[in-house]
This record gives sequence, structure tokens and C-alpha cells, in this order.
Amino acid sequence: MNLRLLAWKSLSSRRSTAILTVVSIAVSVVLLLGVEKIRVNAQSSFANTISGTDLIVGARSGSIQLLLYSVFRIGNATNNISWNSYQAIAQKRGVKWTIPISLGDSHRGFRVMGTSKDYFSFYQYGQKRNLQLTYGKPFDDTFDTVIGSEVARSLQYSVGDEVIISHGLVSTSFSEHKDKPFIISGILEHTGTPVDRTVHVSLEGIEAMHVNWQGLVKKRKDGKTLTEANLKPDSITAFLIGLDSKIMSFKLQRYINEYSAEPLLAIFPGIALHELWSLMSVAEKALLIISIFVVIATLTGMLAVSLAGLNERRREVAILRSIGASHWHIMGLLITETLLLTLAGILLGIAILYSVIGLSQPIIETNYGLFIPISLPNEREFIMVSILLLTGFVVGLIPAYRAYRNSLADGMSTRL
Amino acid sequence: MLPSVSKTPLIRLDEVEFCWHAKASPSIKSGKLCIERQEHVFIQGASGSGKTTLLNIIAGIVTPQKGRVEVIGQNFLELKEVQRDRVRADHIGFIFQQFNLIPYLSILENVTLPCRFSDLRRQNAIDRSGSVANDAIYLLNRLYSKSKLDFDHNTNELSVGQQQRVAAARALIGQPQLIIADEPTSSLDYDSRQAFMDLLFDEIKISGSTLLYVSHDPTQKHLFDRVVKMSTISNQGSVNL
Repeated sequence: MNLRLLAWKSLSSRRSTAILTVVSIAVSVVLLLGVEKIRVNAQSSFANTISGTDLIVGARSGSIQLLLYSVFRIGNATNNISWNSYQAIAQKRGVKWTIPISLGDSHRGFRVMGTSKDYFSFYQYGQKRNLQLTYGKPFDDTFDTVIGSEVARSLQYSVGDEVIISHGLVSTSFSEHKDKPFIISGILEHTGTPVDRTVHVSLEGIEAMHVNWQGLVKKRKDGKTLTEANLKPDSITAFLIGLDSKIMSFKLQRYINEYSAEPLLAIFPGIALHELWSLMSVAEKALLIISIFVVIATLTGMLAVSLAGLNERRREVAILRSIGASHWHIMGLLITETLLLTLAGILLGIAILYSVIGLSQPIIETNYGLFIPISLPNEREFIMVSILLLTGFVVGLIPAYRAYRNSLADGMSTRL
Repeated sequence: MLPSVSKTPLIRLDEVEFCWHAKASPSIKSGKLCIERQEHVFIQGASGSGKTTLLNIIAGIVTPQKGRVEVIGQNFLELKEVQRDRVRADHIGFIFQQFNLIPYLSILENVTLPCRFSDLRRQNAIDRSGSVANDAIYLLNRLYSKSKLDFDHNTNELSVGQQQRVAAARALIGQPQLIIADEPTSSLDYDSRQAFMDLLFDEIKISGSTLLYVSHDPTQKHLFDRVVKMSTISNQGSVNL
């Protein structure tokens, strides 16, 4: 006996309720799998933001704060590090390379970062990948700048364009350094990290912008001229360290944290990333719990619809029994119906999810720096979908059992 | 099909006692009934006389608490429920008073439904007409000799008389040994009633089935070989829930 055909015909005769049930299941599947996809990709994009760096050093504050401003360009440093301290640490034995980071300015909403040429040689992200230039070359002159791919894309910049950098971080800042435009010397390859949204200049460039400025107030045109001497930075915001050997890192971290000349903080990027992620995982767990409740509500709705329809179907059950259907057939029919609804809901949900991802991929990447690939469901998603299908089956058992009880009481009675 | 038992009666009930609920008074008490093969029997009884209970017992839907039930050579009290379901699917065709049809299936799908539950009846239909659908169309054409209907159509636009004919075709498909008709004409007017009975008898003669016809209305009893009153089957006779 082909129960699927009967179940299908029966569902198509109640098309509107069936479609609504399928849609509500689909919505809960979109939510459940969408949260999971964002979680997985946010986590991996997180972990891929920085690699190959052994220590991040900044003024003493919290490790997450340091990670946020030095790597994610979120928030601000409480204090700077003096150039002398930086030099002293950079010249210690075992230090292979350092990358200075000087923050505080912006260009049309994108953060400006002053750094050295070592940035292009040693900075790594993802699986130990170095930065590559799609166009042009690293900055050479004081007024050269290298921009991230996202900056170039959204502002339609190409190599040779002039860029005016504002003081401070507001894009509509009145205090633009108009007298000192920068010229784009290179555009970096897409990385999927905050690098894409950064405007890079040399440390000298940062200093040059601020000559003739005092604090946030522009001085009148009594201009000093730019000389080598006044372009030497006094301080930087943070710096990254690469070591010859990882074994050194604990020793150096202790040395920096106990540095006597000024209060400094050195952190391991991996540990800080993990701490930051565990902060985020509260939100992630909340989202997961919400989606589980949505699934429960949906399945309860399906159960309610199924049970409400059961009384009208007593006659149908009696007919099927008289024709020779066993109780197993009747229960099978009802379970097949809920399974078909659940399966259709899951498939529709997956289809909607992938279309939404496909359509919103560029928007999410631009606004949140998060790239969500269209990939096959991972193991966890597969398990979630299987549990949902299993729950659909279990929910189907309830009306099936009720139909069985009804049919025991009714026999083949024709009463209605 | 069952050659070794061909001499035994098709239905035999002996000292049957059945209650729907443990505390209720029995619907059937000391039930006795014997029906031979190919007999056309009219069972007469007022409503509440235990007719429905009797049919449920013969169909194997319920088993009596006491007594002996043999249908088509099978002792129902010794069979498991699923085995009784199988006997019903293979050998019994039902026509009820009304609402016989599954509303979400087409006319043709309703008629061929028993062949989905019984390989035996499917094979019988194929043997006679080449395919299940052909046999269904053959039966429908005979029962609908005058009107032309689209058999792929849904059943909800059919008149009650037309619905009863579809139900008859469904009961007859695959030539089951026993046709049980429970007040099949009571919702029909007089003319349709006559026409329906004629068609039913014609088909039953062709298939050689046994007919068990249950009704409270004695006007049609002259068509049958034998009339059995419910009161002679069951001592209880009057009280039913």
C-alpha cells in the first residue's frame, strides 16, 4: 500500500493549511540554520583575522580592548606607547620583526592606520597568508597610501587618486587635512578581514598630517616646513611582534608586562581572540535558544492543525478501515503526512536560506566584514535538520495515536 | 483461494457475546448466524438492535469476548488483528448508508482503493480486465450505464445516488467473496433505489459473491434468498449504546 500517495492527496486537499504549515516550518529552519551559519562563519572569520603574530603590545588596558583596536579597528586606545619603549622592545634578542600601528585618523568612515613597510612583509591572516597588492606598490613617499580592497570598492578609488584624511574618526569631520592630500600607491587584495577596510599610510605620513596641528585645533598658516626631523614619531598606538621561536613568547610577555618605563600590556592574539569569542558566544547561545523555541512553536502549531483536523477525518479513517487498512496503515498515513510537511518545510527553508545568503552576501560583507559562503550543510546543521525531522516524526505520533484510539471506539460506524 | 474449506459456510457465528465497553451491557448476546457461500441474505433489524456491532464482528474490526466467529474459513478469535485486517481487505467489500467515499480522491481512485490494500483483489481485477483501472472503468460503466461521468473527477460533486454507485463499484472490484451492504439505499429515493438494487444484484451474480444486506426496511426483502431477523441472531435484541 502506497501511503505516500494517500498522504499526498490528503494534504493537497487541505492545501492552504498545509502550505502555511510548511512555510512556518521553513521560517524556523531558516532561523535555526541561519544562526548556525553565522556562528560558524563569524567564528572562522574571527580566527582568521590575524595569524603569525606572537604578541600584540599596547598601553596597559584590557586584553580584549587591545585586540579590538589593534586588530579589529574597533574602539580606541586609552593611551599611546612611547617610541623609545617600542624601539627598546623591538631590539630585544629573539624578536624577528615588529609592526608598529598608529591609529586615530579616518578617511570617509574608514580608519587610517600608520605603519611601517614591514606590515607588507610580515602581517599575516587566515592560514598564514601574507598581504598581497592587487594594484600598485607599497607606500614609498610620506604622502603615499595603500588602501584595503573594501575601501577601494566602496569609494571607487584607483591607484593615483588623491585622498584627504580627516583628523579624528568622524567621516564628516570639519578638520580635514586638506592641505596635505595623500596619493594612492597601491590597493591590497581582498582578505575578508578588517585590513580590507583600512587606509594604510607610513608613520611619517601620520606625523606629516599633524604638523601645524595642536590637538584638534588647526593653527593659522604660520606653517613650519616639513623636515625629516619633525616627521619622526614620538609615539605609536600599538605594535605586533613576531618571534624567532615561540618558546620566547612567555618570557617576552612577562618582560613587557613588567616593563618599568611605562605601563604596557602584551597579549597572545589566539588567547585574546578566544576570550572575545566567548563573550560573543552568549549572544550566539541566546540566538540558538530563540530559534529552538521558534521550532517548538512551529511544531506545536503543526500538531494543533493536525489534531483539529482529526475529528473531521474520523469518517475517512472508518472508510479506510472497512476497505482493509490496518491500524498501522492509519497511523502510517498520519505520520507520513506530518513527515511530508516537515520535510517540505526543511527543503523550503534550506532553499530560502541559500537564496537569502546568495542575495545578501555582498551586503553582509560590506557592512559587517563577514563573508558567508554558500556551502553544503556542515555536520552540525545536518544533525539539526535530522533532529527536526525526527521531532516531526514524534509529533506525528500524537495524532496517529489519537486516530488509532478514535478508530478503536468507532469501528466502522457510519455515524457522523 | 481457499479450496480446502469450500464446503464450510462462509460465515458462522456461535454463542457470540460482545460489549463495546467493559461496564456496558452486551450489544450482542448468544449471537448465532450461519451463511452459506453465494447466499443472498437480508438481515432485518431496527436501529439499535446490534446490526452495526454484528457487521464489525464479521469484518474482524472487533472480536467478541465470548463465542466463535468463523469468516471465510478463518477463526477470527485465533487470528491477530493484522491478519483479520488482511481477511477483510482480501475478501470483503463494504457499502455503507452514506459518506462512503474518500473526499480527496477521484472517483477512479476511490474505486481502485481496495486493490491498494489487497494483492489478491488487484490480481483478480488485472485477470479480468487487464489492469486495475480498466476493471474499475468496466464496473463504473456498468453501474453508470446512462450517464457519462469523468472518472478522474473529484467525488464531492456527485449526487448521493451516484456516490452509492461508486461505493458499489469499490466494494465489487477484485471480486471479494463477501459483499456487506449496510442500508445502502436508505438515502436514495424510490426510483434510484430500484435501479441501484438491480445493478447490485446483476454484479453480484457475475462475481458469484455472497451478499449480506442489512436494513431496517423490509420492502426489499423479496429480492433475497433468506431473511434473518436481528432478534433471532442476538438474544439481546433491543438495548444498544
